[in-house]
Amino acid sequence: MKNKKNKLEHNFSSSQEVRWCPGCGDYAVLKTMTQTLSKINLSPENIVFVSGIGCASRMPYYIETYGFHTIHGRAPSIATGLKISQPDLDIWVITGDGDALSIGGNHLLHTLRRNLNLNIILFNNEVYGLTKGQFSPTSRIGTKSPSSPKGSIGSAVNAGLFALGAGGTFIARAIDTDKRGLGSVLESAHFHKGTSLVEVFQNCIVYNDKVFSNFTSKENAIDFQIHLENGKPLLFGKDNSKGLRIRNNLELEVVDSKNNKDDILIHDETNPVLSQLLLSMEPPEFPVALGVIRKVEKQIYENNFYESHSSKMKRKVSINSVIRNGDIWTIT
Amino acid sequence: MNNMKKTNIDEKAITIRFAGDSGDGIQLMGAQFAKSTALKGNDFATFSDFPAEIRAPAGSEFGVSSYQINLGSAKIMTSGDSPSVLVAFNPAALKVNLPLLNSGAIIIINTGAFTKRNLAKAKFDKDPRLTSALSSFQLVELDIDKLTSESVLRFGLSKSKASRCKNFLALGLILWVFGHDIEKTISWINKLFIDKDTIESNKTALKAGYFFGETNEVSTTLPKYFFPPSDFSSGEYRNVKGSDALAYGLAAAAELADLPMMFCSYPITPASSLLHKLSEMEELGIGVFQAEDEIASICAAIGASYGGAIGVTSSSGPGISLKTESINLAINTELPLVIINSQRGGPSTGLPTKTEQSDLLQAVYGRSADAPIPVLSVSTASDGFDIAIEAVRIAIHHMTPVILLTDGFINNSSHPWLLPDIKKYKKIAINQPKRDIKNIFLRDKSTLARPWIIPGTKGGIHRIGGIEKDFETGNISYDPDNHQKMTNLRINKIKNISNFIPNQEVSFGPARGKLAVVGWGSSFGAINQSLRSISNKNVSQIHINYISPFPKNLKKLLEGFEKVLVPEMNMGQLSALLKDKLNLNPISFCKVTGQPFLVSELIKEINYCLDE
Repeated sequence: MKNKKNKLEHNFSSSQEVRWCPGCGDYAVLKTMTQTLSKINLSPENIVFVSGIGCASRMPYYIETYGFHTIHGRAPSIATGLKISQPDLDIWVITGDGDALSIGGNHLLHTLRRNLNLNIILFNNEVYGLTKGQFSPTSRIGTKSPSSPKGSIGSAVNAGLFALGAGGTFIARAIDTDKRGLGSVLESAHFHKGTSLVEVFQNCIVYNDKVFSNFTSKENAIDFQIHLENGKPLLFGKDNSKGLRIRNNLELEVVDSKNNKDDILIHDETNPVLSQLLLSMEPPEFPVALGVIRKVEKQIYENNFYESHSSKMKRKVSINSVIRNGDIWTIT
Repeated sequence: MNNMKKTNIDEKAITIRFAGDSGDGIQLMGAQFAKSTALKGNDFATFSDFPAEIRAPAGSEFGVSSYQINLGSAKIMTSGDSPSVLVAFNPAALKVNLPLLNSGAIIIINTGAFTKRNLAKAKFDKDPRLTSALSSFQLVELDIDKLTSESVLRFGLSKSKASRCKNFLALGLILWVFGHDIEKTISWINKLFIDKDTIESNKTALKAGYFFGETNEVSTTLPKYFFPPSDFSSGEYRNVKGSDALAYGLAAAAELADLPMMFCSYPITPASSLLHKLSEMEELGIGVFQAEDEIASICAAIGASYGGAIGVTSSSGPGISLKTESINLAINTELPLVIINSQRGGPSTGLPTKTEQSDLLQAVYGRSADAPIPVLSVSTASDGFDIAIEAVRIAIHHMTPVILLTDGFINNSSHPWLLPDIKKYKKIAINQPKRDIKNIFLRDKSTLARPWIIPGTKGGIHRIGGIEKDFETGNISYDPDNHQKMTNLRINKIKNISNFIPNQEVSFGPARGKLAVVGWGSSFGAINQSLRSISNKNVSQIHINYISPFPKNLKKLLEGFEKVLVPEMNMGQLSALLKDKLNLNPISFCKVTGQPFLVSELIKEINYCLDE
């Protein structure tokens, strides 16, 4: 069984030379991605990777499936047209923080709103890597970069909250090197019926190294990560010693889980208020929420498209009869 | 007025304009009069002039909606330079249209609407009937409002409902003026409305208008026009609007290729009529996706093409600008795609509801890098049918995006259309291999096109993208020689299309002579009509539909004329293209007023060129 799996995984690695910087978090994501594809065991020809522009967007070249490396910010739109024309394809959109939230923000908004059944993997490294290190829309205020030598002055956008506001039906997070966490989230994204947004905290070793270390480093992981499971209490820290509960003013607080057992919140993927609270959490006050934060069912765009389409995109009549319908006259 | 008699006017054609408030049903009345004209056997051409504002205040100048029709026994090529008959439903309609009229034109005015209030709304200081403003016209004063309300009195309709029948009363009168049979219009009203009261009251108003003409003193003030049937070739006809013909042509192309079509668009004037028409055409295997913006719409079309459907996107100049980067993606990935530009006055928002043909150079040259693309153009309302088929054929056959140019004037004009038979058209061959794929990027020797392998195809896995690709393998390549090779390939692939398109024909006149009037797009009718009027044996009309690449014989053909005159609704873009591509030196005649060419101004210019 193990051998067979390995063989399949090999199938998803393309012959192309991988050209990311040595030590880039993208390598880890690529590996977990191909392993996940092997695990869910789809035929490679029925999978399409569509990407925009940026370091992460090179990924389609490195996976042995159909791939379309498009233009900056527009991958969701191209994926939308493809999904409508071929709804049975398994489509993965690969994008980054600049690609998805800056130049392509509009398309991300509308793709989430429409809820097509596809997966969007957003590699967030809080920086423009391919263009050599400028601040991005997710860079924290004060980020020093070649285009912000005194520190950036605009607030950052929170990808998950953006998705929630857009009506996203699946919002999840993972860390690039967390094979288990990322693998499980990718798998859930694939099986979710609707648009899945997965934010991957990805380390850019060259331009923004350790930007997430306040919750990803070995010493911080235990206290500043909370791994969510639907229906389970929101616990974290050493031996699950800490938990999250809600205050009267509808804010979260971290409490000792043993002494406040009954107050600890239970994760509910369908509760929008909880989604918002979890997505907003930041260290040092809170841990970062990882795993599937939100998962709800909503109407799927391409299903509605075909259900409402009177001929299901198949031609039922000839143009010859259509143009002869109505006020026609004959000259003899 | 005293010279007018109840007689046939000794003319072969006449132009009439109906004008009123947006809510007066002007377009409906005009369209029915066109149908009735068709059934009478006369040729015609129409143009609808809508206000830019959606619900402009009633009675205001900017809320005037007009419908113009040029009809007669002669061959009708345009909707007419200047109307000889105006039906004005209110003072604003009179005011707006007065400058357009022929001297001596007949103006039928609805006196019921000439109230103090309406005169003020139209910004008339004094009632124009009491001034010299109308002295060079023949005024026919009719209280259409009152005639209408009296005729439908027995239905007990509300005042506003009764007033809504006035377009039918006026239509009845006009039908009488032109000697049309009203039975056809009556049966049309039966089908048009559902509510019985509406049907009966409108029919009553129509008849009242007709009989009013027949029995009243109107017959001494209004001439009667009678045109013998025009010389049509035999066959089935319908009246077709430019945007509708284009939609039918796209559907026909999908049928010829036996593929579904995905039309992806974002609303913009004057391109939206195409979006609306195609939204009603699902039975033909057409899907419509209204995207969040212009860029998303072309990208969705590219995605659909990548998935094996025929991707089509449509917009007007400003929207095309936004799509430009995506057009280059389609060029680089060699995906079939049709980009339709319904041109309008520009730059920027410009004159959204007015017509212009100033996006020619944008279409041919307006992209970053060496990015050639085929460009086709529509010349008349019905022409869109064939040109749309050609655009799709080239896109699929040569695996390239294609730009199709039309304009706001063509979209909103109509004329009789000899219905084509799709069975007589050549099928569009597609190259979507499903098995035994040996070389994914193996090019067709005659077209240089790559095969269209779509996701889901076993053994066809490959990757495409905007990055330069290797000529052989399609993989990313930064190799200098390969980039030169690929650039040459892209240029030669498009140049080579000239081997697959028909030779340029002469639309009117001899193949050699003193003067060739060369045009493209919606100026076809006006140029044609002016040449017919001049009837000088040394002048020819050459109208170009295949703009890039040009037909192979074009240069030689144009060199057979002493002079080449290029009238254009831009500042000389086709002239520039003829200079650049064919090394010719044409005389440019430019007009960018947002209005189409008048036959009279073209005749003047042509005569000037001939005399020089």
